[in-house]
Amino acid sequence: MARRGERRAGPELTSELKAPQRARREPSPLQRERLAYRRRQTVRSVVVAAVSTLALGVLLVVAVTGAPGWDRVKESFLDADVARAALPDILRGMWLNVRLLAFCAVGAMLVGLATALLRTLRPAVFFPLRALATSYTYVFRGAPLIIVLYLLTFGVPGLRLSGTPTVLVLGGIALVITYGAYLAEVFRAGIESVHPSQRAAARSLGLTYRQTMRRVVLPQAVRRVAPPLLNDLVALQKDVGLISLAGPIDAIRAAQIQTAETYDFTPYVVAGGLFVLLAIPLIAVTDWVTLRAARRQSAELSA
Amino acid sequence: MTPVLACEAVRKEFGSTVVLDDLTLEIAEHDVVVLIGASGSGKSTLLRCVNLLETVDDGVIRLDGRDITDPRVDADKVRERIGIVFQAYNLFPHLSVLDNVTLAPRRVHRRARRDAEEQARAMLARVGLADKAGEYPDRLSGGQQQRVAIVRALVNDPRLLLLDEITSALDPELVGEVLALVRDLKDQGVTMMIATHEMTFARRVADRICFLDRGRILESGPPAQIFDEPHEPRTRQFLQRLGGAG
Repeated sequence: MARRGERRAGPELTSELKAPQRARREPSPLQRERLAYRRRQTVRSVVVAAVSTLALGVLLVVAVTGAPGWDRVKESFLDADVARAALPDILRGMWLNVRLLAFCAVGAMLVGLATALLRTLRPAVFFPLRALATSYTYVFRGAPLIIVLYLLTFGVPGLRLSGTPTVLVLGGIALVITYGAYLAEVFRAGIESVHPSQRAAARSLGLTYRQTMRRVVLPQAVRRVAPPLLNDLVALQKDVGLISLAGPIDAIRAAQIQTAETYDFTPYVVAGGLFVLLAIPLIAVTDWVTLRAARRQSAELSA
Repeated sequence: MTPVLACEAVRKEFGSTVVLDDLTLEIAEHDVVVLIGASGSGKSTLLRCVNLLETVDDGVIRLDGRDITDPRVDADKVRERIGIVFQAYNLFPHLSVLDNVTLAPRRVHRRARRDAEEQARAMLARVGLADKAGEYPDRLSGGQQQRVAIVRALVNDPRLLLLDEITSALDPELVGEVLALVRDLKDQGVTMMIATHEMTFARRVADRICFLDRGRILESGPPAQIFDEPHEPRTRQFLQRLGGAG
């Protein structure tokens, strides 16, 4: 049967093959001149970029190191000895940040996904759950993280209930519920971006609502929102440091202790540098995923 | 014998617009019924109502004699027994051709992966797409995608196959391969209800043509009668306009 179809396409294919094939030839002098001109332009712009970058760099260094207070600032923010002494404690604190980040990232994604799914449920029975999910995203996108953190880490232990988790766990929960509210909206946007015809196709095959969500809608939705999702995780990465306000000795808290001992701010700079280092791979992955998504989108459009 | 599909005074309204106006229609087993009519005459809506993607506002639709418009009926179970192919293919872009075809057998009918894939590969081979099983839909031409969509709808072995303008989104040179496949299905005895604008195809594949006008079947009969000596002036007018345009 398909062979019949292929035979149909036959004539067009052969006519395409018979199209006269042009031999490659040397570019004309005119085209050679254009190519040479473009090459010269490229070299020129590279040189200009290098020179202007260098000039700006020199200007900045002169401005900062030439400032009247530079020597004192250098001493109290960029002291190599203090940095070396502080590094082990800060690294130990950083390990706590990394573990907390992993736990909070997974937790916030699960909470976000569950909330987004609850918000898309239509049957009347689920009205209370839907209302709860909606008000959750409203409240915790509005509430400042620091206040949520204080309420949980100082307020909850104040209740003196038995079995209260540690301050660290409570702080983690504060991060999870705050970021979960943001991620819920990201997931919901993704779910709503999947065209209704995809659901119709899945339902028409006999898939249930749940199977349609799990097998058809969510895989497409998550792929589409991966860039904003990862971007929120980069933000979470540094907000994990706020846990230091509640007491646990993370990288920032360790730096604070060192600073208090030496009256030198270098440990903060060290901790800041480590946070940036931790973020770079995550940011790189985000950019890569974003680029890939953009490419796929343009491929879809041109198809 | 009980008809596979029976629509009795089916009514569908969108706001104040009446899209299906007490429409009545029966399709016997192995019959191919082709719906023709202007855009907005209700062809697609009828197909969507039969597949329970839309709920009817009045009337009854029966599949093998059983009322499927009863709200107590499990719509998922009904849809398992009706295949539908859409104008825009609606393949799942994140799944390979093979996974598109095996999704329903594996998840709805709980068949083993190997078993489902074996059947899917055999069916893909029959439509000339054996080498495309591992590809993703966006790597296929429109005609190939639409053939995959037909295989996907058939893999459940449905009682009734609905085809909704399946060639309207295709480039003209790709229409032939899809229509050839539909003619093959007819030869195999698949019961079909088809909405189309392709009159030559309608003539060649239909056992019966129904001309829809403003949500009603104005005229129905064998292709030769409808196309060569239509009784109704509106049918004649519609066919003439198409002839003029073609």
